[in-house]
Amino acid sequence: MRAMAVLALVLVLASAGAVVAAPPRASLPDIEDEVMCLECGTPLNLSNAPVAERERAFIRREIARGRTKEQIKDALVDRFGPAVLALPEDEGFGLAAYLVPILVALLASIGVFAAARRWRRPAPVAATARTTDPADARRLERELAAYDRGLGPPEDRPG
Amino acid sequence: MRKGIAITVIAAATALIALLAYGVASQSRDTSIEDAVAAGERIEAPEETLPLLGSGADGALADYRGQVVVLNVWASWCPPCIDELPLLQRTQRRIENRGATVLGVNYKDLPEDALRLVRRFRLTFPHLRDRDGAYAEDFAVLGIPETFVIDRRGQIAAVRRGPVNERWLARTLPPLLGGPL
Repeated sequence: MRAMAVLALVLVLASAGAVVAAPPRASLPDIEDEVMCLECGTPLNLSNAPVAERERAFIRREIARGRTKEQIKDALVDRFGPAVLALPEDEGFGLAAYLVPILVALLASIGVFAAARRWRRPAPVAATARTTDPADARRLERELAAYDRGLGPPEDRPG
Repeated sequence: MRKGIAITVIAAATALIALLAYGVASQSRDTSIEDAVAAGERIEAPEETLPLLGSGADGALADYRGQVVVLNVWASWCPPCIDELPLLQRTQRRIENRGATVLGVNYKDLPEDALRLVRRFRLTFPHLRDRDGAYAEDFAVLGIPETFVIDRRGQIAAVRRGPVNERWLARTLPPLLGGPL
């Protein structure tokens, strides 16, 4: 009895897994904006050219045959070549289309970071060996002592 | 430091201007084929190995070296191309035993759609599949249909931008075939 229950549970879980793993059903709007109208050089969803209508008809036929989005895109590439994809392929030279923006963003970030560090760092003060003349120091001491005694600043004192 | 920034800015601006110039230049129309034909010169026809429509094999214009080739760029989604298919088939029947052939270049087309027309018009001449239009680009094709007549040495003898007609073929082919069409 327990074995039957375990078997049933396994079957339920397996079927649930199959449902989760099943790719979503392809749709024309979902594919249209990821492929090009080859003759017009625009995404398919923006074109009403005769060749675009043919591509759409082909996609509809493939959807009706139960093909997934990736299978349909592969079939389009087989018939029209990689140029039919609105997004470049993620291999070979097409990879540059993805890597170059990342590289540019990385370099820009490094530049901004370096600039920010430069702006935040206080400007180096020239090390000046400012020494006080002993006579001036003595005079300053006297003035401060007089000030503390309440005589005020020298210009306010009676002559 | 400032000098370095200035050099970088100038280099970036120069690169941008060069990119724009390249973009403008690449958009301008290539008329080298028309210019050569008009001047009575013959330039080598572009060559590329492409899949043959309706067959797993590949083919190329070079396979017909020694023959006069009427190379027609067409697609099933192009009504004027469909209109001229019967004329091209009639031409094929007239020239096939005279060391000449029509060669279709099926342009940016679904092979299923193209084959349907091949069957409908009972076309007996071969077709290369130019699936992304790169081969047609070598012929500076702007809009289809376009037709090029290639002589026995593989050089372009005549070009027709737009639909062909009986009169053009009757005027163009005889000198190459060595007799009336």
